[in-house]
Amino acid sequence: MDARHPFDFLTNPERFMAFSRWAAPLLGALSVAAGIAGLVMTFLVPEDYQQGDTVRMMFIHIPAASISLFIYVCLGVASFLALVFRQALADLAAQACAPLGAAYTALALITGSLWGKPMWGTWWVWDARLTSVLVLLLFYLGYMALRGALEDEQKAARAAAILALVGLINLPIVKFSVEWWNTLHQGSSTFMAKRGDGLPAIYAWPWALMTLAYLGGFGSLWLVRIRALVWRRRARSLAMKLAEGGR
Amino acid sequence: MKAFGVLLRRELALAWGRGGGPLLALTFYACVVVLLPMASGRAPERLAAIAPGIAWLALALAALLSLERLFERDYEDGTLDLLALGPAPLEAVAVAKCLAQWLATGAPLALAAPVAALMLGADLKVMPLLVLCALAGGLAFAFLGGLGAALALGGKRGGLLVAVIVLPLFAPPVIFGAGALDGFSAGLPWTGGLMLLLAYCAGAVALSPLAMGAACRNALD
Repeated sequence: MDARHPFDFLTNPERFMAFSRWAAPLLGALSVAAGIAGLVMTFLVPEDYQQGDTVRMMFIHIPAASISLFIYVCLGVASFLALVFRQALADLAAQACAPLGAAYTALALITGSLWGKPMWGTWWVWDARLTSVLVLLLFYLGYMALRGALEDEQKAARAAAILALVGLINLPIVKFSVEWWNTLHQGSSTFMAKRGDGLPAIYAWPWALMTLAYLGGFGSLWLVRIRALVWRRRARSLAMKLAEGGR
Repeated sequence: MKAFGVLLRRELALAWGRGGGPLLALTFYACVVVLLPMASGRAPERLAAIAPGIAWLALALAALLSLERLFERDYEDGTLDLLALGPAPLEAVAVAKCLAQWLATGAPLALAAPVAALMLGADLKVMPLLVLCALAGGLAFAFLGGLGAALALGGKRGGLLVAVIVLPLFAPPVIFGAGALDGFSAGLPWTGGLMLLLAYCAGAVALSPLAMGAACRNALD
């Protein structure tokens, strides 16, 4: 028996496949259930006294925005593991999560824009948070462009991992710089809000459920995409073996 | 140290000669500045309001010009392999390349920026600050750009790829520099922006060679 560490099931491809085979559909089901419950609650909560009906946008907008940032952290951690510890699976995880991150970021921008029109009277303002989320989207697209432009897969993986780490260092600076530049956006009202300025308890439930739904959806799709990459790699190495073996 | 000096001289000679060197960058800069009044209208008050910002942004764009060839040429003809075997670490090679890039294009552009800003109607008083911002910002642009060029080594469509990688990284220095210039023009506090720009520049000069070295080694593997 080989020595195992607690996260062995995530670094060993065999065990990862066995784990994700169940985890992916499970997370997907959790996401759908939480999403249905969250959407139902979204339409049941009373209107906000200031924002009226449009407050319901919050439950599909804020989770997308927070998860788009969370996915970048996942991308950075996976890239670090791939670059420093040469974890092949971590590299696949980084590759798999970039398009998901870009999609969630785009979702946050689009829903935010739709919310901004009735609330601020404009689709887009160059305010700190909007701008930093837009730069986040550009980071994702740059990562994907670099990954796609280099033909040698090994080299593409390492170059992209370096870029992801540079982005991880740079992102807080971008955030700080645009905040220093200009801010209009309402402050965060979920965690660190001042007393009385926070999210009313009645809105916390649909918010939490929708966050769970988005998170579960990301987890499930991430695992499915990693599985697809593992299979593709296996298929390629089988094809190589076939080509070498005789014909 | 001696190896570094030799490298720097070589890179400077290359950067000065490479595809027109500073002249190309200056011409590109002039083209952007000439097109601006045509695009935004030539009303003096409108131009004056955006002049320092445009002179500053055009610098960032001009910094992208010859980046694509910065590492690619040495990579293609095998020079980079030799440099990797030489006495200076690849990080130092990268520093020499970026410094040379800055001296050959960034610094001449910084001296040209006040002329452009003046033609667009900016106030004379802002010029020393503009030159200072352009020098410091140009250094940051050169190092970040070198990072993009090193990462894109071996890729097809190098130039466009470098721009896509690098431009999001330019966001903080562009904001800090424009903040200092705007604040100064409007009579508001402006030293904060300048300090942040200098700090960002110092951070970029200190950290990006590590990433460039890793990227070059990866490409050479």
